[in-house]
Amino acid sequence: MKILILIGNVPDTTTKVKFNADRTAFDASGVQWIINPWDELALTRAMELKETSGGAVEAVVVANVGRAETEATLRKALAIGADKAIRIDADPKEAGYVASQLATIAAGYDLIMAGIEAADYNGNAVGGMLAEMLGMNSVSAVSGIQIENGQLKINREIDGGSQVVGLPMPLVAIVQKGIAKEPRIPAMRGIMMARSKPLEVVQPIDAAPMTNMVTFEMPPAKAACKMIAEDQAKDLIHLLRDEAKVL
Amino acid sequence: MNFDLSQEHELIRQTVREFAEREIKPVAQELDEKAEFSPALTKRMGELGLFGMYLPEKYGGQGLDTLSYIIAVEELARVDGSQAATLAAHNSLGIGPLYYFGTEEQKKELLPKLCTGEALWSFGLTEPGAGSDSRGSKTTAEKVGDEWVINGSKIFITNGASDLNIGCTVQAVSANTDGKKQFTTIIVGSQTPGFKRMSMHNKMMWRASDTAELFFDDCRVPAENTLGKVGEGSKIMLTTLDAGRLSIAAMGLGAAQGAYELALAYALERKQFGQPIAKFQINAFKLADMAMKIELARNLLYKACWLKDEGRPFGMESAMAKLYCSEIAREVADEAVQIHGGYGLMKDYAVERFYRDQRLLQIGEGTSEIQRLVISRFIGC
Ligand SMILES: Cc1cc2nc3c(=O)[nH]c(=O)nc-3n(C[C@H](O)[C@H](O)[C@H](O)COP(=O)(O)OP(=O)(O)OC[C@H]3O[C@@H](n4cnc5c(N)ncnc54)[C@H](O)[C@@H]3O)c2cc1C
Repeated sequence: MKILILIGNVPDTTTKVKFNADRTAFDASGVQWIINPWDELALTRAMELKETSGGAVEAVVVANVGRAETEATLRKALAIGADKAIRIDADPKEAGYVASQLATIAAGYDLIMAGIEAADYNGNAVGGMLAEMLGMNSVSAVSGIQIENGQLKINREIDGGSQVVGLPMPLVAIVQKGIAKEPRIPAMRGIMMARSKPLEVVQPIDAAPMTNMVTFEMPPAKAACKMIAEDQAKDLIHLLRDEAKVL
Repeated sequence: MNFDLSQEHELIRQTVREFAEREIKPVAQELDEKAEFSPALTKRMGELGLFGMYLPEKYGGQGLDTLSYIIAVEELARVDGSQAATLAAHNSLGIGPLYYFGTEEQKKELLPKLCTGEALWSFGLTEPGAGSDSRGSKTTAEKVGDEWVINGSKIFITNGASDLNIGCTVQAVSANTDGKKQFTTIIVGSQTPGFKRMSMHNKMMWRASDTAELFFDDCRVPAENTLGKVGEGSKIMLTTLDAGRLSIAAMGLGAAQGAYELALAYALERKQFGQPIAKFQINAFKLADMAMKIELARNLLYKACWLKDEGRPFGMESAMAKLYCSEIAREVADEAVQIHGGYGLMKDYAVERFYRDQRLLQIGEGTSEIQRLVISRFIGC
């Protein structure tokens, strides 16, 4: 079987977020880029499946829609252990556009994994759209994947508990925390080997974006903390009821 | 001129940083407090391929360049001096001389084991009576039949006594005619009869790194354990130290970077007189000076690595880098504590450990005074 992992290239999670002057685009200057954390966990799980599958998993391929700058992220994925990387040379404008591009290279895989969220725009959409475009089944909120007798055994988080479902392949799995314990740290040998692994660059197709960005808003800055003397419970009730209006 | 690191160097930095943040940082304070060497972390460094990074693959290494190795030491030191010490000493002092001067047979036998993190090797030069003046060495090696018989002792030997240590490269006086000493380096396995190793306790710094005293009492090893040629000991020692200085410099750079980041974060957070203390000009300027010194140190050290990788002479630059990086580590750590005020003196704050750990760097592998001596000879004084 062949596994495809969709790799988002996102700002480091400690980045101080800024926007351009008219707040229609993210200001990427000085930003450190990383593999979207959920995608990195998916890749880690794919490597574990490959290593323990006794040869059943033939290849793990990673794919990203992005410009040449994102190749560092793809090299890291190769260093972690992916066999091949594909970069579709386009700006990842929005989910529909990205899914349309990925659909051109995603046929023929038995399992496609996408992160449930992206650490940047938090779209939570690419995986589902891609499944629809490819006519594949998809399952979301996946927190565990096993391969058993050629079938996938999948753990899903549901409200207040979890469920285990058996599913035939091919499948798009939209994965969340728990899919792997921790993202794998590549070894120096992996970094060396990544040099000579294939990184294929594919030209994008014409695809109309499904949305356009109107504006971004920052969350309101945290207000100053009001301290109440310990023997003034009345003041607290007054603030909660009359100012915050939560009582 | 191009100052950009390659994508691969950036990835190595990111990878080692992730390892240090995720696996070393959470235990660094406790290991320091208990003065405990960690075989588990050493093994992880081996799994990640940090030992023997610059060796060819046929000896179990990764075939990376000097700069890659130096970045790895820098990133460990940014988080914890002790673990950086284990890495730097094993690579530069343990593996280095075996790789550069060993016979093919010695290399095939020892190096692959030493790259796994399951076995460490030490370099025994310093003696109680021979520190900066390494020619003051009293440890002797006498050729009896086809064996060396070694007598004497060594002190302050990094990675010398833990359970992972499997041997030491010992420098000994192999002949002494009319007061003119001849030095030879000899490979001594840790289980050799007559060879005793003892961990040294109560260090102020590098408390989670293993430092040893070694004793040789009629310790016999086969003559083929000679490393390099008989009488080449001084050359081997000097060459080893030239390269070793780069890794001590990397520890200085990393320690300065780590202390600076702690100070900057604290100064932005801590409020006095109604504003973050970073807004007081004197603190802001201190932080600016730290950033500048670190930038200078990094450029100097990376240039020395580049010279080495180009196969050019790098002895003067490595002495300069060792001197400068270790001295700014002291200056930066000192001001970083100052910015922390009283909290900087408490063990709950990592900056306290940085302040202690950096202090060895102006002493080990040639003191600052000796580095100035080395540089002054290069410039013709
Ligand atoms: C934690 C630790 C780990 C170490 N690891 C190793 C190791 O793995 N292998 C190893 O072989 N050694 C190791 N060393 C030893 C280290 O290299 C020596 O401590 C160092 O070379 C200085 O020697 P010394 O301590 O005897 O000081 P001394 O040489 O006695 O120096 C004392 C002072 O005199 C100054 N001085 C000496 N000579 C001159 C001069 N000519 N001109 C001006 N000033 C001078 C020095 O700069 C210093 O300030 C380690 C030391 C420590 C503390």
